[in-house]
Amino acid sequence: MSFHQAVYSEDIIFNRGGPGRCGVRLPDWKVEEDLVPPKLQRKELGLPELSEPEVVRHYTRLSQMNYGVDIGTYPLGSCTMKYNPKLCDWAASQPGSANTHPYQDPSTVQGNLQIMYELQSMLAEVGGVDEVTLQPAAGAHGEFTGLLLSRAYHKANGEEHRNEVILPDTAHGTNPASVTTTGYHIIETKSAEDGTVDLDALSSALSDKTACFMLTNPNTLGIYEHNVVEIAKMCHEAGSILYYDGANLNAVMGRSKPGDMGYDIVHYNLHKTFATPHGGGGPGAGPIGVKKHIAPFLPKPVIARKGDEYVLDYDRPQSIGKIGGFYGNFAVLVRAWTFMKVMGGDGLKEASEMAVLNSNYMKEKLVEHYPMPHKRLRKHEFVLSGSNMKEKGASTKDVAKMLLDAGLHAPTIYFPLLVDEALMIEPCENETKEELDAYIARMIEITKASEEELHNAPVNSKVGRVDEVKAARDMVLCWRASGKCESK
Amino acid sequence: MQYIPNINHKEQMLKEVGYSSIDDLFEDVPDEARCDGLKLPPGKSELEVERELNQILHKNCTLDHCPGFLGGGAYHHHVPKTVWSLAGRSEFITSYTPYQPEVSQGMLQAMFEYQSAIAELTGMDAANSSMYDWPTAIAEAAMMARRINRGSEFLIPSYVLGNKKSVIHNYVDGTGLVIKEYPYDPSSGQYDEDALLGMVGDSTAGVYVESPNLFGVIEEKVADLKAKIGKASLVIGANPLSLGILEAPGNYGADYVVGDAQVFGNPLNFGGPMVGYFACKKEHIRRMPGRIIGMSEDSRGQMAFCMTLQTREQHIRRDKATSNICSNQALAAMASSIHIYLLGKNGMRDLAQQNASRAKWLMREMNRMDGVKAPAFDSYHFNEFVVKTDEGVKAMQDRLLAGGVFAGLDISREFPDLGNASLWCTTEMHTREDYDKLLALLKEVEQ
Repeated sequence: MSFHQAVYSEDIIFNRGGPGRCGVRLPDWKVEEDLVPPKLQRKELGLPELSEPEVVRHYTRLSQMNYGVDIGTYPLGSCTMKYNPKLCDWAASQPGSANTHPYQDPSTVQGNLQIMYELQSMLAEVGGVDEVTLQPAAGAHGEFTGLLLSRAYHKANGEEHRNEVILPDTAHGTNPASVTTTGYHIIETKSAEDGTVDLDALSSALSDKTACFMLTNPNTLGIYEHNVVEIAKMCHEAGSILYYDGANLNAVMGRSKPGDMGYDIVHYNLHKTFATPHGGGGPGAGPIGVKKHIAPFLPKPVIARKGDEYVLDYDRPQSIGKIGGFYGNFAVLVRAWTFMKVMGGDGLKEASEMAVLNSNYMKEKLVEHYPMPHKRLRKHEFVLSGSNMKEKGASTKDVAKMLLDAGLHAPTIYFPLLVDEALMIEPCENETKEELDAYIARMIEITKASEEELHNAPVNSKVGRVDEVKAARDMVLCWRASGKCESK
Repeated sequence: MQYIPNINHKEQMLKEVGYSSIDDLFEDVPDEARCDGLKLPPGKSELEVERELNQILHKNCTLDHCPGFLGGGAYHHHVPKTVWSLAGRSEFITSYTPYQPEVSQGMLQAMFEYQSAIAELTGMDAANSSMYDWPTAIAEAAMMARRINRGSEFLIPSYVLGNKKSVIHNYVDGTGLVIKEYPYDPSSGQYDEDALLGMVGDSTAGVYVESPNLFGVIEEKVADLKAKIGKASLVIGANPLSLGILEAPGNYGADYVVGDAQVFGNPLNFGGPMVGYFACKKEHIRRMPGRIIGMSEDSRGQMAFCMTLQTREQHIRRDKATSNICSNQALAAMASSIHIYLLGKNGMRDLAQQNASRAKWLMREMNRMDGVKAPAFDSYHFNEFVVKTDEGVKAMQDRLLAGGVFAGLDISREFPDLGNASLWCTTEMHTREDYDKLLALLKEVEQ
């Protein structure tokens, strides 16, 4: 496929427009006198002045210089960039839910509460857990909530001294960052030769100080932790909680439930597994499911059903309280509900199976061309190494940029840290065989590219390689009415 | 399944790469952890799901049917159709965090311009590209103040709503930072400056003030506060729409400013997504949480954008990161900025003026009623105000709801000293008929 991204020399919006223009007409209302204390009167507001058509052209042009799943393959490992059905966008924009206030009387938002209640139930079934909270606004937010639940659980059992969290060396960066925020200490364990948890290392890390072990399954290498049941037993015997990071749930729906694996707390990323869009970085949603023994500590309110009525249940005396202002990213929840209704139990299972097939198909076709350390069988993603490019003075970064030139998005690169020059590939269930074949062909072609070609890429994108060092040095982080704002 | 194309190629694909069945791909799952499908209803057609959703949403009573005077952190404003026609473009919606900047310039520039809008409104040198919501932004500000000043206490006003306080505690309690509350003056509804200054000391990492505050009251003494709190950071929480007529906090000494930009471009959505914003002065940028977009150049010398100062963030710094935040509210933030740029300099001022003018008018009209005191506090207000009624708040709310109006938020349980107090909000969404309906219902109780 030939590709060239749109190129506009689209200036900063502050340099557009003209005096007196405005893109909004308000209803009339008489302006009152003396609205604010005189010394707090705003003296200057330097926003630009644009008419509606100017704003429309500006953002339309910007959109054309942006790559998304709707344009092409976007196999970012660990990110689950699956197709976001248009039906779900429609569902989230219905005025019947969009124009409801979070403080309305619950009797007037029964529809919203029903959606949330049903979503909680569906997620509980996928995760193999008893109760679910929808309040976390993102994956890291859910993870943080999980750790707060762990803290509350141990405290209730008189075991406040448990202040260590064990992480495998493949953990996502949010894991250690969330642990620090909770005030816990991190114990990192090395992986075994085959890329799974080393049981001996885990055994020596577990102690009467362990609060929680955070483990993704399949793990970040895309390998199913075949010892997971044993791992859960070891954790429980040591009095620790086992926490499921839901980043890779798309591999196992309908095949293996985290609750059955032995996890106590299960995290979901609706923006990964349940097809809600990533929106250039958010909003997502990071619900948390728990087994019965953790349920009393869930954030308030839980959406409950009493007879024929749905209620916001605040009567949870052991609850950790609130972790966000309201009930979570409701518009995202509506999308996930819609997706799960269309997919059904059978469709979700099929999604996981086909995601795993697509991944293994690509892996087997690429493994002769790029080194792949660790175990052979993978789930929904796999991690290759771009270390073979070193001999011609190139790197994984160059591979990524050459993929962009073909109208393909790069995989996740340089993560996990365990693999040198990592290329982490997650194709998802929505790619056609033809698209997978094209991606494979391009990856192989790149191994034959010259050093110069590799270093020059990308040339078909809106801009060439961006100088990230300059960005960090100059610190131009915004534009103000006075012009470019340098913070160095 | 309309989203999964390769089902008919399954056998061929398996064969090509040496597997005999899908089960082969799951052979490493131990028996105890295996399941055979999910106990969920089978999938449905798009048409059926559409109908099901419509039926469920029909059970809601929305603000389109009954006028509402609820605020308290989530606000009902008009969202121009332009906003989501643009923010909803699939090139934006279906993109990921811009890890490959060369093909993501559109989103990067839009986020840079969102940061610029927030910086301009707040008078700060930089803003991040969003937080989850206002309460989490306050919590992050508290932790940032501690990183900067090493103090052990962070002061917040007692008038912060319970849900916000709970979020703040959940974030900071594990870090050892202590949250202390300073009181407000019962007649003005503004913070009690003597009490506050009495609590400020060497151990104070930061002071948080909200203006307009929970009661809708504009804090007047905040303009001179910075000089009185020593090295402690001054953190201002502000409804960004109010900054169309109120002085930029950066011009009176704020170190960082937080709040929620949901007021621009985002429907209420039952309280989410919200758009937490976070802005700060240049000397604090390296301690700021969250993602930041910077302007740079590409290899050909053209203007180009990328994520920057990533060494503060979790994917690089892991346990030493300034925050655990990864996914934020990017698309909702972009929608906010589209609305801000549609309004521009004059539209922003006009919308803010109109909101404050409506509140001023409505307070006057409500105050004419027997048994109603509006506002409860003798101060300047933005678009919210506290009303005291002779009638109990719950009874009043129920009576108004029966008449088709959502009354203000009940704050009588959280602030028992205020008596039968409720928090009301009015915006450009209200028509004359809405106000007439409200006032007629309020009058009924007199007879």
